[in-house]
Amino acid sequence: MTDAAQDTFDPSLIRVPEIGSAPIGSAAEICLTELWESAPGWRGWLSTVDHKTIGMRYLVTAFIFLLMGGVEALIMRLQLARPDQTLLTPEQYSQLFTMHGITMIFLYSLPILSGFSNYLWPLMLGSRDMAFPRLNALSYWIFLFAGIFLYASFPLGEAPNAGWFNYVPFAGLEYNTGPNIDVYALGMVLLGISTTVGAINFIVTLFRMRAPGMSIGRVPILVWGTLTAAVANVFAVPSVSLAFFLLWLDRQMGTHFFDVLNGGKPLLWQHLFWMFGHPWVYAIVLPAMGIVSDALPTFCRRPLVGYSAVALSTMATMLLGFGVWIHHMFATGLPALAMSFFGATSLVISIPSGVAVFAWIATIWLGRPVFNTPFLFFAGFVILFVIGGLSGVMTAAVPLDLQLNETYFIVAHLHYVLLGINVFPVVGGIYYWFPKFFGRMMNETLGKWSFWVMFIGFNLGFFPMHVAGLLGMPRRIYTYAPHMGWSTVNMVTSVGSFVFAAGILIFMVNMLVSLKRGVPATSNPWDAPTLEWAMPSPPPVYNFAVIPFIASRHPLWEDRLDEGAGRSSLDQGYLLMDGREMIGTTPLDAIPDVILKMPEDSYTPFFLGLFSALGFVGLLLHWQDFTVLMVLACSLSLMVWMWPRKALVQRVPDIKYDKGVAHG
Amino acid sequence: MNSSKSGFSYGIAGNYAALAAVPVPAMAENEVAPLNYFLHSYGPASMPTMHLGWVFVAILVVIFIIISLLLIWAVLHKHFAEDPRSMGREDQGMLWIYIGTGISTCILFAMAIYMLVTLNKVAKPTRAPALTMTVTGYDWWWKVEYEDNDPSRRFVTANEIHIPVGQPVLVKLKSADVIHAFWVPMLAGKTQMIPGLTNQQWIEADVEGVYLGQCTQYCGVQHAHMGLEVVAQKEDEFRIWQDAQSKAAATATDVNTGQKIFLDQCAGCHAIRGTEAVGAHAPDLTHLKSRRLIAGGLLTNTPDHLVQWITHAQELKPGARMPSMVLTAAEISALSAFLSTLN
Repeated sequence: MTDAAQDTFDPSLIRVPEIGSAPIGSAAEICLTELWESAPGWRGWLSTVDHKTIGMRYLVTAFIFLLMGGVEALIMRLQLARPDQTLLTPEQYSQLFTMHGITMIFLYSLPILSGFSNYLWPLMLGSRDMAFPRLNALSYWIFLFAGIFLYASFPLGEAPNAGWFNYVPFAGLEYNTGPNIDVYALGMVLLGISTTVGAINFIVTLFRMRAPGMSIGRVPILVWGTLTAAVANVFAVPSVSLAFFLLWLDRQMGTHFFDVLNGGKPLLWQHLFWMFGHPWVYAIVLPAMGIVSDALPTFCRRPLVGYSAVALSTMATMLLGFGVWIHHMFATGLPALAMSFFGATSLVISIPSGVAVFAWIATIWLGRPVFNTPFLFFAGFVILFVIGGLSGVMTAAVPLDLQLNETYFIVAHLHYVLLGINVFPVVGGIYYWFPKFFGRMMNETLGKWSFWVMFIGFNLGFFPMHVAGLLGMPRRIYTYAPHMGWSTVNMVTSVGSFVFAAGILIFMVNMLVSLKRGVPATSNPWDAPTLEWAMPSPPPVYNFAVIPFIASRHPLWEDRLDEGAGRSSLDQGYLLMDGREMIGTTPLDAIPDVILKMPEDSYTPFFLGLFSALGFVGLLLHWQDFTVLMVLACSLSLMVWMWPRKALVQRVPDIKYDKGVAHG
Repeated sequence: MNSSKSGFSYGIAGNYAALAAVPVPAMAENEVAPLNYFLHSYGPASMPTMHLGWVFVAILVVIFIIISLLLIWAVLHKHFAEDPRSMGREDQGMLWIYIGTGISTCILFAMAIYMLVTLNKVAKPTRAPALTMTVTGYDWWWKVEYEDNDPSRRFVTANEIHIPVGQPVLVKLKSADVIHAFWVPMLAGKTQMIPGLTNQQWIEADVEGVYLGQCTQYCGVQHAHMGLEVVAQKEDEFRIWQDAQSKAAATATDVNTGQKIFLDQCAGCHAIRGTEAVGAHAPDLTHLKSRRLIAGGLLTNTPDHLVQWITHAQELKPGARMPSMVLTAAEISALSAFLSTLN
């Protein structure tokens, strides 16, 4: 973000952006639309870097993966509904539970939240785009290609089959000779690139792209959640990428990192995997908790209780989240002292979660709740969050975990956490922001039906799993004998899972119907306080015609909320229309300090993503020449991407340059 | 069945000898789930954990009820507002967070201490183990090696562990291939068996009986069918069993045809002490007939099941290392006759 221009500071080079207003239909507004619009047709489709388009693509793609993972789960539930069923072979069952885990954890739960954040961040922060729009596009394309890559071997019956945790030596070449694990290993390294560049983009966006006046204490909680998750991912993802890369080397290059006969250590895999795995769990729930913290107050008609406490607890959770990975490994024979430490940390981590729960309940208590569909999802979420958190306390207790570990109790716990804390806020969030996304309201009647069917189906399906776990049912068994005493709970679980699926179906019908026939939405149909509701629904391509000045946490509620004398200015602000421009602000206080030249649409992210994915295909199939060719193609794409361009240098017409810099 | 102390437990089976012939499903019909550790634990390595579980569940259920009631109350109670457009003050309500978090922290602290005390109790036995054995996980069965100072009393068996009741037993855990986990839930928590490492687990049964165990780390297609049994017996009964197991097989001469088929077809993997069969890839069958279960816990050890297993292993347990043997009827009966002598 910096360049030489800043080092040789010369006041005469500063261009002070014009302040004004640009109402819809004005010449300035039309000019802005032309500047920010993507080309029509397939060219714009491939080259767009608009965060809203990318965010929507993330949402749609991740939702499709949710449906795929869901269908896999339903097939497994058919197999397990009764004892001694033979619907699936053991190998098919292994591939299904592995792909279900990979899909839900890697291809659905983080990407869907990236979708929300990508779409909403600039709107919430008063910006016209993310900090690195092209990197954003790259992040999406690689995610998409990695998802396709991971699924490519499924139709051939060679999908990953060692569980999403993929423990060696079972995942090693000796016990798993097919391409299954290579697909998983390479796919994860590829996906890691997407996650990492996406995370960096979020971090820089938060610290540099906020509207003037939106100091760090005024950003919505969703932003805190995503920021925390992004920082965690920057530290956690290298661990798993490394693990999968080492595994691939072991399998294809004959190294011995995990090879017991040659001094390799199977436990190394578990450590690398869970050092990533546990922070990841928080990365896929904290932004979702942020969705609730931001949207719930709208329906309670009052601000969130304890904004600072909730923001701090978000970060505290993540920090502690890096010190609990051993609780996935209590059964590996570690010394009791080490386990005591990690067990105690795992108990302590529920304290910051408690802060959030009490903040939500207090918000409802002190507010005047309006029982719209999103409110139902958020209130239902609180119940599921509490159940998931409390069962988490059980699994944190080391001796108890030595019994619970690898039983259905854990399956129940993790589904309460991942469905309860991720899927319910996500669906609630879609109900909440659907009017902003598409300019139409979703149907309330269908909405309430979808909530109750999902909520009842979910609890019917997943609560009995706790019981199955206490009855000793191990995870990942493809069938069980009738005398084990698990028949009833499994039947109830299978029925519940189909009821839950029906709820999802109602939700999808509601989306499709509302997309066509929904009541047109005003700019702020829920009377919400945050900035994204200040613009028309759906938002114009440039987001903000003028860059607003922000004076509080709730810019749209200032008249009704005594938050101090300051008033945000939403209609008057920086015009910034010399090409695609945005104001850069200081990290903490959001004082404007630079004009940022934003890049125009570009094909390079698509091609860089495509060529890297093809390079991984080459590695998988041992096409060495092809791989080398793809590496060269990637380099070429990068050169085109990085090629210096005059349009990205800040210029005041003909005379002087100011300190604005090229980036992107 | 003859349950000595109470009627509810698969784990409590007074007379082991009488049980040997009873097929497992019949035995467990209308009984509790044989892996139900949450209500049934029978030794000092699992009992404190069971009590911890009860206390934790009780506390957590109460907390859940309180929080749910608070939430429901918060949603349903009358909300007054003088001005319907007013949005309240942002700084209200912090007391909720202070009190709620404060109480939760105290409860958690107490729970953490109780947890650590329990961990300390179950981590190590208070007395020196009376017996040491090594259990090695294989895809998908368990090799059991009994240690003894007297080499002639060391022996190898599979899938069935006998222990003297009321005495701590040290189990060393190894793996021959991938990671497995040794879990006999009514006696102790689980411990992984990791290639290249020797882990330890101790078990002790207070009550005579048969305790089911199960692999709990996903280890391949037949992970579901990797069971074992722990038979806790009175000291003298255990000694009798131990003496019998440490002897080589006493094979009669009239089963030579069956023995020859075994040596030709089975000895590459299976061993029978006292014969030329020394295969080490599959369960030692020296005293096959003394075992309650075969096929890694999948089937009860009846002559019919044994024949089914030999000829249709791949249908009963797809992917198992045991092939479905193609044998003539005469060969099968000869082989059965031979196997039935392995007392």
